[in-house]
Amino acid sequence: MVFGAAGNPKTFDPLFNDDGETFRIIRQMMDTLIMNKPGTADLEPGLAEKWEGSNDGKTWTFTLKKGVKFHDGTPFNAEAVCFNFNRMFNMKGAAAQSQMIYYGDVFEGFAKNEGDASGDPVYKDCQAKDESTAVLNLNKAKGAFPAAFTLPSLSMQSPDALKKYNADAVTQSGDSFSYPEYALKHPTGTGPFKFESWDQAKGEITLVKATDSPTQTAKLDKLVFKVIPDENARKQALKAGDIQGYDYPSPADYGLLRNDGEQVLIRPSFNILYLGINQKNNPKLKDLKVRQALAYGLNREQFVKSKLPEGAETATQFVPKAIDGYNENVTKYDYNLQKAKDLLKEAGAEGMTLKFYYPTEVTRPYMPNPADIFTSLSEDMKAMGIKVEPIAKPWNGGYKDDVQKAGKQDVHLLGWTGDYNDAGNFVGTFFGREKAEFGFANAELFSALAAADAAPAGEAHTKAYQEVNKQIMDYLPAIPISYGPPAIVVGPKVKGLVASPLTDERFYTVTVN
Amino acid sequence: MLRFLVRRLLQAIPTLLILSILIFAWLRSLPGGPAGALLGDKATPEKIADLNKLLGLDDPIFVQYFKFLGRAITGDFGNSLVSAQPVMSEIGNFLPATIELGFCAMLIAVGLGIPFGYLSARFRGGAVDNVIIVLSLVGVAVPVFFLGYMMQDLLAAPLGLPSQGRQMAGLDATTVTGFAVLDGIITQEWDAAWDALTHLILPAFALATIPLAVIVRITRASVLDVLNEDFIRTANSKGLTQPIVRRRHVLRNGLLPVVTVIGLQTGALLGGAVLTERVFNFRGLGFLLAEGIERRDYPRLQALLLFGALVYVLVNMLVDVSYGLIDPRVRVR
Repeated sequence: MVFGAAGNPKTFDPLFNDDGETFRIIRQMMDTLIMNKPGTADLEPGLAEKWEGSNDGKTWTFTLKKGVKFHDGTPFNAEAVCFNFNRMFNMKGAAAQSQMIYYGDVFEGFAKNEGDASGDPVYKDCQAKDESTAVLNLNKAKGAFPAAFTLPSLSMQSPDALKKYNADAVTQSGDSFSYPEYALKHPTGTGPFKFESWDQAKGEITLVKATDSPTQTAKLDKLVFKVIPDENARKQALKAGDIQGYDYPSPADYGLLRNDGEQVLIRPSFNILYLGINQKNNPKLKDLKVRQALAYGLNREQFVKSKLPEGAETATQFVPKAIDGYNENVTKYDYNLQKAKDLLKEAGAEGMTLKFYYPTEVTRPYMPNPADIFTSLSEDMKAMGIKVEPIAKPWNGGYKDDVQKAGKQDVHLLGWTGDYNDAGNFVGTFFGREKAEFGFANAELFSALAAADAAPAGEAHTKAYQEVNKQIMDYLPAIPISYGPPAIVVGPKVKGLVASPLTDERFYTVTVN
Repeated sequence: MLRFLVRRLLQAIPTLLILSILIFAWLRSLPGGPAGALLGDKATPEKIADLNKLLGLDDPIFVQYFKFLGRAITGDFGNSLVSAQPVMSEIGNFLPATIELGFCAMLIAVGLGIPFGYLSARFRGGAVDNVIIVLSLVGVAVPVFFLGYMMQDLLAAPLGLPSQGRQMAGLDATTVTGFAVLDGIITQEWDAAWDALTHLILPAFALATIPLAVIVRITRASVLDVLNEDFIRTANSKGLTQPIVRRRHVLRNGLLPVVTVIGLQTGALLGGAVLTERVFNFRGLGFLLAEGIERRDYPRLQALLLFGALVYVLVNMLVDVSYGLIDPRVRVR
């Protein structure tokens, strides 16, 4: 099978990667201790048959599957697990550490912090109790676990191969990075497919079925990822039969593709689009009434129906429904134009002007067409009597700098796609500390988020986040707009591909007739 | 001739040096930087600042420039931020595709341009002339990317032609030189050669449109000039047959300006190749450049733009040399 990918992978050592195109390939070759149940963000056994967290959340015990081997024939066991975690924790060099974005997010610090790493390490040590029991000790509880163990960055790799091909030698040279041979030519995991080749000139990555005691048996003998950056070109390639599937079809093409007999699989939403509010730039926005007015005055239901692809839903809070901690009982702001006008009047903010920033030259799963979204929301604001000053900037050509670093906007469009099933990955990222993007410092909210993050997994963790989500919707630091489902498309002969909210599609179940 | 060549080569050095400064300054004046593109959606302003520091992108620009120059002189243009590969090896890997595409496009442009230009001049004012003039105007006016998309949507499927890439995905063709068609012939993998050739057709025609139109118009104008010259009248009155007059006198004399234009258009092809290669996912230098710009891949862009400038300088030099070959009077000077 040939699958059309939208971008190049970077390298194949999952530890140094954080982007979807790279992860798509890595997920076929490597397994994590815990995995996501196909089509959901729920957890299921991966390389660990069972896992258990201690009551204080500081110890995680994994019972490993027996008889699993890495693609180089070496056994997967508790020692291999500890080798992997010790490798991450002891990674040296600012260049290497700066590339370990997900490790840094989850484990916060290293044995010796270099470069931008500055946190206290969450990881303490790892014990291989016996062949199939690995115990991970942490310095503090972290709410992200166990969900974060599903992150592709934390995949289990062959200790032998890592050593043999000098996997840790990431260096900074000139104004760029150099990666070792391991990351480019010899990634070695336990997955159903193993690495065969990466032809840069053709933009093709070839994987073949792994036959040595893989965790799952692939039905395909060969799986090729063909990089086709242009969306139209991907569509043409599918039509021509050059590829059998591709990612990120334009919502405008869903109908056409289906008419041609292709299967457009809608993924469950795992993202959020929000209207950001910067209280610092415009003091009027410090007034809760003004923020409430915006929430009541934006006709989000209508917008979702008319502007977003099928399956999109109006957001009630800053986490999607699939996340533990989603709260049915948050304060809701149903469309009510009169109420919005009244609130603005009460706050003395009638006829206020808002600098509305929106990005150009970008498509995001939560934001298929930013200009369209801007138009729709700004019309609603005008109906409230607000004057809108539109400011459009290219996504990577000033938009993110202006909005996230300089905080030049009054309101803006932005969103987030989740990495694993943890509310902290959403709300903690947005509102866990003072940020130029939102320009507020609410000690109560910050400490509630920190406490929720430190609550051990389970009911306490879920409850803490439900409470936080309610608190956020009362305080309204921004306005959640929608959950947008991205799609993946495959040809009529492809069977067995399960669309995943986390874009965690595994191809070992796929057949092509 | 040798002295002339050496002098021109020496002249290229300051040209490239000045260009390197301009390219360097231009890239760094673009809003957004590589760190944001490298770190993707998960980038926080703090992480971007730290990465910039690590990569030396927060140094004063002249410090950055001299560091770059120091490395560049030793042939080290760094690694691409997108692919993590040395930029020079990327250029080596992707260059054959661009040469292959450019060569085919120029073959089409010259092969059709000169005869059509000549026909247009010969039947001046007639229906043939008018049709050719209109078509060549359209050729110049239609943007390459628009034409590319139109060809993909309207022509690819009905003609059974591939609309993207250099080869069918997953095809295990042996690579010898990097020129896909040639490799297929050398290794006698005829399927692969044919596959590569069919992949060239649409992008080569798209890329050929502008040089084709320019060559038609220049040929036409030049042939018209020559037809009015006294020596043509003399040749006719000597009783030479028309084919001989056309071949020996009209074409040979009419071709000089055409050669200049062919040279300049070859240099300009690199520009057109960026759009064509992007639209057709034809993985050559233009494709690399487009991707580099989107991702603010400084090392790749610096190397590619300088390489492009070098090619332009060399092509111009070749044009000057070819003058001498066609018209001995130029050589005497």
